Amino acid sequence: MAIDVIGLTAERAAALLRGRECTSEELAQAYLDRIAAVDGELHSYLHVDPERTLAAAREQDASGGDGLAGVPIAYKDLLSTRGVPTTAGSRILEGFVPIESADVVRWGDEAGLVSLGKTNLDEFAMGSSTEHSAYGPTRNPWDVARVPGGSSGGSAAVVASGCAPWALGTDTGGSIRQPAAFCGLVGLMPTYGSVSRFGVVAFACSLEQVGPMTLTVRDAALLQQVIARDSDRDATCTGPREPIALPEAGRLDGITFGVPRAELEAGVEEGVRARFDESLAIAESLGARLVDVELPYARHGLAAYYVIAPAEASANLSRFDGVRYGLRVDAPDVRAMYEATRDAGFGAEVKRRIMIGTYALSAGYHDAYYVQAQRVRTLIRRDFDAAFGQVDAILLPTAPTTAFPIGARLDDPLAMYANDIFTLPVNLAGIPALSVPNGLSEGLPTGLQIIGPAHSENLLLRLGAAFEAEHAFDPVPPAMRSAS
Amino acid sequence: MSGGWQRDGYEAVIGLEIHVQLDTASKMFCACPNRFGDEPNTNVCMVCLAHPGALPVANAEAVRQSARVGLALGCRIPAASEFSRKQYFYPDSPKAYQISQYDQPLCAEGSFHVPGEGAFTVRITRAHLEEDAAKMIHAGGDAGRIQGSAGSVVDFNRAGTPLLEIVTEPDLRSPEQARRFLTLLRATVVAIGASDCDMEKGSLRADANVSIRPIGSAGYGTKTELKNMNSVRFLARGIEAELERQLGLVLAGEEVRQETLHFDPATGGLTSLRSKEEAHDYRYFPEPDLLPVTQDPDDLAALAGQLPELPVARFARLTGAGLPEATALLLATEVELAAYYDELAGRVGDAKVAANWVMGELQAHLNAAGIAADASPVTPARLAGLVGLVVDGTINQTSAKEVFQALVEDPAADAAGVVEARGLAQVGDADELGAIVDGVLADHPEEVAAFKGGREQVIGFLVGQCMKASGGRADAKALQALLRERLSA
Ligand SMILES: [Zn+2]
Repeated sequence: MAIDVIGLTAERAAALLRGRECTSEELAQAYLDRIAAVDGELHSYLHVDPERTLAAAREQDASGGDGLAGVPIAYKDLLSTRGVPTTAGSRILEGFVPIESADVVRWGDEAGLVSLGKTNLDEFAMGSSTEHSAYGPTRNPWDVARVPGGSSGGSAAVVASGCAPWALGTDTGGSIRQPAAFCGLVGLMPTYGSVSRFGVVAFACSLEQVGPMTLTVRDAALLQQVIARDSDRDATCTGPREPIALPEAGRLDGITFGVPRAELEAGVEEGVRARFDESLAIAESLGARLVDVELPYARHGLAAYYVIAPAEASANLSRFDGVRYGLRVDAPDVRAMYEATRDAGFGAEVKRRIMIGTYALSAGYHDAYYVQAQRVRTLIRRDFDAAFGQVDAILLPTAPTTAFPIGARLDDPLAMYANDIFTLPVNLAGIPALSVPNGLSEGLPTGLQIIGPAHSENLLLRLGAAFEAEHAFDPVPPAMRSAS
Repeated sequence: MSGGWQRDGYEAVIGLEIHVQLDTASKMFCACPNRFGDEPNTNVCMVCLAHPGALPVANAEAVRQSARVGLALGCRIPAASEFSRKQYFYPDSPKAYQISQYDQPLCAEGSFHVPGEGAFTVRITRAHLEEDAAKMIHAGGDAGRIQGSAGSVVDFNRAGTPLLEIVTEPDLRSPEQARRFLTLLRATVVAIGASDCDMEKGSLRADANVSIRPIGSAGYGTKTELKNMNSVRFLARGIEAELERQLGLVLAGEEVRQETLHFDPATGGLTSLRSKEEAHDYRYFPEPDLLPVTQDPDDLAALAGQLPELPVARFARLTGAGLPEATALLLATEVELAAYYDELAGRVGDAKVAANWVMGELQAHLNAAGIAADASPVTPARLAGLVGLVVDGTINQTSAKEVFQALVEDPAADAAGVVEARGLAQVGDADELGAIVDGVLADHPEEVAAFKGGREQVIGFLVGQCMKASGGRADAKALQALLRERLSA
């Protein structure tokens, strides 16, 4: 049968497989055809190996698994995949083939998921537009002149364009939620420590988590069920506190939402603000109560984040030295080899952050920058703790703008960083947040961010399902409909 | 000798940094074997090769062993300690940072007593857990250094193996104190079973911070660091050489530069490895991939209670039993010898007699054979059999030495059998001895006359003659008594 993969959810794909309406191989082939048709323009995949994908699909067909077995998936190219190139979007890892898979990829393999390939990203996940990939930018399926967001822009674009039913991304400061918002998807950033980071090429260890990017909230829950597990290979990972449940849409009686009104004054685009206010009205119409909350330190999150994340990154990226793997540029002595290799292997944004981080940790500056930023981080955590003493969840736009044109912010790193102003305080606090589609502004998707206390994923998914049902958002971009 | 090093109005100020390789089954942050001597780069994985995405998981056994060493060094073990990243680029450091501990070490503020003549106490600043670097071999070029070498190879088998770094306050006042301290510290760690502390194999490495100052001054002079001394003796010699060098500079009106030095035991020379200007900014920060290490007070109390007898306590026990300090110190610090001694003393039931045998015949035999006490064919049980024959008077000391040799040469022999076969049972019978004595006195009238004339020392000669006549088997005490009796008659 010819399978229409555009807008096909993973839950529906699994139903097709379990109902024997198609095979995993047919499903995989349909996605591969779709990729061949549209990804030349979008450039959302960095690595596709059709033979490998089809072989994996046939294996699933032969083994007769159930549940999600045989459903395809795409992995952000920050996730190590054994035997399959993993570049982190960087020249320095061009051709690098991991000897082991990331835990989340292993869990995916165990569930029988079939990898379609590796998706594009900002180099080492450093960016908010996927323009900082060493392998060229990804385009937004809603408007190919615009960015898909980042750093998980490739994962967002493949799901929005029907090139995968769902994908895994990583979120260090908004890298799942902001591209999900820019591409009209659901994105979940889980509680810090509920998903293993083993095998995730590290950018900022204390901030990042792996999470699902999907067409529906139920798909996000299904994928979270696969990846949220305890791991003895990540000392910071203890798994979820309770099993992830499949959410049903319903009323929100008894729920109190906090709205940090003061934060909203900081440069939110008019259309984004209008859609956000509509969602507040929807919440009330479903029986929820809205109260104002104060997050007085959240506005310092951007500054704290751009000290802590680069500090950790400057150490994490030191291993790329040309000695053991990846790019090596030969030079007369070892020091010159380091410099030549790292100069050739890292892009400008990565170098900028390594320099910021190295400076922030240097003797004489360490206390003024790194230690001070950690203090701010503690205060932000307390802000959220205090707020969750009053409310069940906090609502904010996911990003202050819709997707911006490719190239528009490339020369202005501060404007680029500011796009994460609503997302990165959440990473600093280590708490979960869900971005759900929140309607269009001038034809481009906007996102509603629902932030909850640690280990409140089930609550967030239930709330998200309620908004999703009210919005009845069609996640298929108009241009993608006609492309099929 | 155990007093301070003092010359020309200056005294020595010495602190040590000691790296102990912990004897755990696996490495510090991964499951690879912690083993040496294997083919290069075989005990490696994604973690200890620092592949992208690899994460460390702390080895609980290494933490436990470190806490035991800390307790033995009188350290406070904080309820929480923290790993940090120490950053530097070098091919032996695969992550370009070493996971170490910075301001929250596993063990803090200890003190370690070195007993015996000129006893002293050294404050322990801290003991912290970290991972070792890979091993590098540089081909060609200057003295095994990377600069100027034709090429270098790296063996990552050692990368990530657990190291306990013990840092002392600058409380040592002489090379001899440094030697005594390190010897006892080493014996303590070995007794705990945390490491074999074999300095030749590098499982214990010591750096010394050395400076001099005017006697009585409370301040510190500029210190230099002596790196990687691979024996206790070389440590003392290196410090001695550096103290002399610094004194020479100061007396000549020159300044001591802060630098890192290498001591060459072959030439006795010191070479500079790097000066302060090249010192690193390690950009420490807490390791975000690891949780703080927490210690439960009840677990720590249990650990402390389960420590074996430590050398300091052993020294006190042995001197309390009447052993001389030098003997007690040796038996407190030499682990195999100590175990041998304990078993022998238990069987013989007399600490001093057992100690005399261990320090005398046994030590001579071990030195000649070049073996440790636990490898000797003369087991404590066999030696106890021999000692018993001496104690009960069956044989004398001369025969005992012969029997001991027989036990060394024939692992199947037992002392009683040797005595029987060789007829070594001593002559103590009054009639038999009387006949020997009478014969000797009759043969030496001049000596008899001299004795009676007041030259009592000639009795030694007469005893010797009697012993000779008995074929060495005479009971020396009985012989002496009998001779005096006859001579005074
Ligand atoms: Zn390993």
